[in-house]
Amino acid sequence: MAFTPPKETYIGRVHAVTIGVGDKTVTFGGENVLPFHTFEGIAPNRPVIAYEIQDIPPTDWPENVQKPYEGVSNDPVTWAKFCQDVLKVKAIALRLIGTHPDRENRSHEDAARTVRDVLSAIDIPLIILGSNHTEKDAPVLVAAAEAAKDRNCIIGKAQEANYKTIVAAAMANNHKLIAMSELDVNLSKQLNILITQMGFDRERLITDPMCSALGYGLEYTYSVMERIRLAALTQNDIAMQPPMLGDIGMYVWKVKETQASETDLPHWGPAEERGMAWEAVTAMVLLLAGAELLIMRHPKAVEVVEKVIEELI
Amino acid sequence: MALTGVEIFKLLPKTNCKKCGFPTCLAFAMKLAQRQASIDLCPDVSEDAKQKLGEASAPPVRPITFGAGDKAVKMGEETVLFRHDKRFVNPCAFALEIKDTLSEADISSRIEEVLNSEIERVGQRLRIDAVALINDSHDVGRFEAAAKIVAKKACDVPVIICAGNPGAAEAAVKLFVDKKPIIYGANSENAEAMANIAKTYKATLGVTASSAFGGSGGGLDELSTLTEKIKSLGIEDIVIDSGARKAKEIIEDNTLIRRAAIKKNFKPLGYPVITFAQRGDSLIEALIGAIGVAKYSSIIVLSNIEKWKNLALFTLRQNLYTDPQVPMQVEQKIYKIGEPMPDSPLLITTNFSLTYFIVSGEIENSKIPSYLAVMDCEGLSVLTAWAAGKFTAAKIAQFIKESGVENTIKHRELIIPGYVAILSGAIQDKLEGWKITVGPREANGIPAFLRSRAA
Ligand code: B12
Ligand code: SF4
Repeated sequence: MAFTPPKETYIGRVHAVTIGVGDKTVTFGGENVLPFHTFEGIAPNRPVIAYEIQDIPPTDWPENVQKPYEGVSNDPVTWAKFCQDVLKVKAIALRLIGTHPDRENRSHEDAARTVRDVLSAIDIPLIILGSNHTEKDAPVLVAAAEAAKDRNCIIGKAQEANYKTIVAAAMANNHKLIAMSELDVNLSKQLNILITQMGFDRERLITDPMCSALGYGLEYTYSVMERIRLAALTQNDIAMQPPMLGDIGMYVWKVKETQASETDLPHWGPAEERGMAWEAVTAMVLLLAGAELLIMRHPKAVEVVEKVIEELI
Repeated sequence: MALTGVEIFKLLPKTNCKKCGFPTCLAFAMKLAQRQASIDLCPDVSEDAKQKLGEASAPPVRPITFGAGDKAVKMGEETVLFRHDKRFVNPCAFALEIKDTLSEADISSRIEEVLNSEIERVGQRLRIDAVALINDSHDVGRFEAAAKIVAKKACDVPVIICAGNPGAAEAAVKLFVDKKPIIYGANSENAEAMANIAKTYKATLGVTASSAFGGSGGGLDELSTLTEKIKSLGIEDIVIDSGARKAKEIIEDNTLIRRAAIKKNFKPLGYPVITFAQRGDSLIEALIGAIGVAKYSSIIVLSNIEKWKNLALFTLRQNLYTDPQVPMQVEQKIYKIGEPMPDSPLLITTNFSLTYFIVSGEIENSKIPSYLAVMDCEGLSVLTAWAAGKFTAAKIAQFIKESGVENTIKHRELIIPGYVAILSGAIQDKLEGWKITVGPREANGIPAFLRSRAA
C-alpha cells in the first residue's frame, strides 16, 4: 500500500520575540508547527538557551554546578563577563535572588545597581528575574526595568498577584515580559489576556507555564506545554501564542538526584554526570513539548542540548 | 480508526431477528461500537463483514509481547499522540547493544550490567529490559558463539537478534526457542528468508527500510511495502525501523508512523517502533534516548548503560507513561518504618507516591523507627491536597481516629508537614488529647529533626 505521509496544516503561529540590541540580538519563536516538525511547516528560529547567574554568590547551588563558575561567581559582573567572553553564551538570565526577604533582603536600589553594572559589562541580551516573592518582586522589577531602559531585556516574572506594576514597568521601559502561572492551561491564558488588556503588546509576551524537574512533576509541565502549543497552532488561539520559557536550572538543581553523593547512593552513579544529565534531559524534553527559551546552569548540559538542537533543526 | 455504530450497522444482516440478544441490529451495532459486545453473538453475520469488523477493531498499533516469563515486555497498543488525551500504554523498552566482535569476557560483563541494572523508583522496579546482540563481525560462527553466551548468562532477558544475514539469524534464534525474541534485519533483499525463520521459531520480525541513515518519507513508503509483504508471508508480529538515526528524522518518522496508525488506521505502519540511539557521547545518547521515550519509540537501543543515564531515562519513562488523570498513589494506611515501638514518633503525609517515597526514604535515613500515617488525598502532594481541600484539619482528625493508630501507640503526638503548619491549631481542636507538632518543610530536614528529638 502506498504511504501518504499524514501531514498536518496548522492555522496558528507562535510569535517571534527578539531581545537585546545592536548586532547581538537573538530571536526565538516564530514557528507555525509543533516543535521540530519542520517537515510540515516552518520554524525560522532555533530555541535559545540563556545562562543563569545571580546577584549573590551561588552558595545554595550544589557543588557540581558551582564548580564551573569558581572564581567568577562571587560577583555578578565578573560572572556575566565570564559567560559572555569565555563561554560565548547567547544570552544571560540574571536572577535577583538576593532581594528575597528570606535571603539577603536586598533593596530595589541594590537590584537596580546590579542590573546597571551587569548591563554595562556585556553586550549580549539580558533576562532579569526577581526572586519569585510576589510582593517584593514588584518594586524590584520596576527598579530593574528602569535601570535597563531601552536595552530590550526580558523582565520577569509577572504573576497573577503582581502583574500590574510589572507590566507597566516593562511597557514604559521597552522590555519583553514573562507571564508565569502555575501549571494550568486556563490560568496561563487568562493571565496573558489580563496583561494584554492593560495595553501590553501580546507579541512582547513570553509564557512561563511553570517548570518542574525530571522526576518531580516534569510530566505536568510537559502536558501543559503541549496543550498550550496545540491551542496556539490548531485553534489559532492568540492568547496562547507567546513563545514558552523553561526555567530549568532552578528546579533541577534542587532535587536530590542532582546532589546526592555516589557514596550514599552507589546505584545512582557519579553525581557529576547525573546532575548534568538531569538538567540536559529535563531541557530536551521541554523543548519537545514546546519551550523556545531555556534558562540553564551547567555549561556541559547546555553544550549537549545545543548539539542535539543542531541535529533537530 | 474504529468504526462508528452506523458504519457497523451497515455490515449487519438488518433483519432485527433478536438472536444476538438485542432488540435491533442497530442497537447491537451501537454496543459493538462501544466494544461492549462481541460480533460472535450474531449467528447470521457474513464472513466478509466479520473480517472488516475485526480489522477495524484491532488496536491501531499492534500489541506484541517481547520475551517470555517475568521479564517479558509488552509493546504497542498505543491509542494517542499526546499523553494528555489518554495515557501512553506500554512503556518503551531499553536494550543494551552487545556486538559479537567483543571478547567473551566483555560480552559477559555487559550482560552483568544488564542484569544488575534494576533500580527502584517511586515503588516501581525499573531496569534495562533487553539485549540487542549485533552481528558486527558478519561472521556466522562468531555470532552464534556470542548468542550462546547471552542465552546462557541472560536466559530470561528478552533478546533482539540483529543480523541481516539469514544464516546468522537462524544460528542465533535456535538458542532462544520459546523465548519470543526479535529477529531484526529483514529488508527488501532478505524478506522471505527472514520471514521463514521468524515463522519457524515464532519470533517477532524487525523490519528495516534500506534508507537507514538517510531516509525520511521514502523510508516510510518502502517500510510500508515491506511490512505488507512480510504480513502476506504469514508474519503478524513485526517491529519497524524507518532508518531514522538523526534526532530530527526520529521525530519526523516516529510522528508520521504514529499518526498514520492512529488517525488513518494505516495498518502497514501499525507496529511498535525500534530506535537505535547509540552515540559516541553518552550524554548525547541519553538525549536521543529521551527523544525516543517522548516521541513514540517502543524499543530504544543504547550503546552504554551507565547508572546515571539509566536513572535519568527510567525516570523520564516513568513520568511520561503515568496516567495524566490519575497520579501514582500508594495505599492509605499507617506504615511502619524500621521497627517502631509504641513510643515511636508518628508522622502524617498524603498518598501521592512521590511524596510518600521521599518522606519514607528520609525517615529511613534518620534511623529513627517511626510510624507514617499516609492519608488518601487522591494522589495529590501535600500542598496541592491542602489547596484542593483534601488535606484539611477535619479530614486529618477523622483519618487518625479511624485508623486505629491510637491502639498501637501510647503517646498522642502527631507530626505534620512544615508546609501545612497553618493547620496545627485546627487539628489540635479536632483531635482531643493530641499534641500537634510542626515538622520541617522539606523532607530532607526530617533526619535532623527526628534525631534532635530523640537525643
Ligand atoms: C504538580 C503540582 C500540581 C499538580 C498535582 C500533582 C500532584 N499529584 O499532587 C496539579 C497540576 C494537578 C496541581 C493542581 C493544583 N495545584 Co498544584 N502544584 C504542583 C506543584 C508544581 C508540585 C507539587 C509536587 O508534586 N510537589 C512534590 C511533593 C513531593 O511535595 P510535597 O507533597 O509537598 O512533599 C514535600 C514536603 O511537603 C515534605 N513533606 C511531605 N510530607 C511530609 C510529612 C512530614 C511529617 C514532613 C515533616 C514533611 C513532609 O516533603 C516533601 C519533599 O520535600 C506545586 C508547586 C511546587 N513546586 O511545590 C503546586 C502547588 C502545590 N499547587 C498549588 C495549587 C494552588 C493548586 C490548585 C488548587 C490550583 C490549580 N492550579 O488549579 C490545584 C489543586 C488540585 C485540584 N483541585 O485537584 C499551590 C498550593 C498553594 C499553597 N501555597 O498552598 C502550589 C504550591 C503552587 C503555588 N505556588 O501556588 N498542582
Ligand atoms: S442477531 Fe444479527 S441479525 Fe439478528 S438482530 Fe442481532 S445483529 Fe441483527
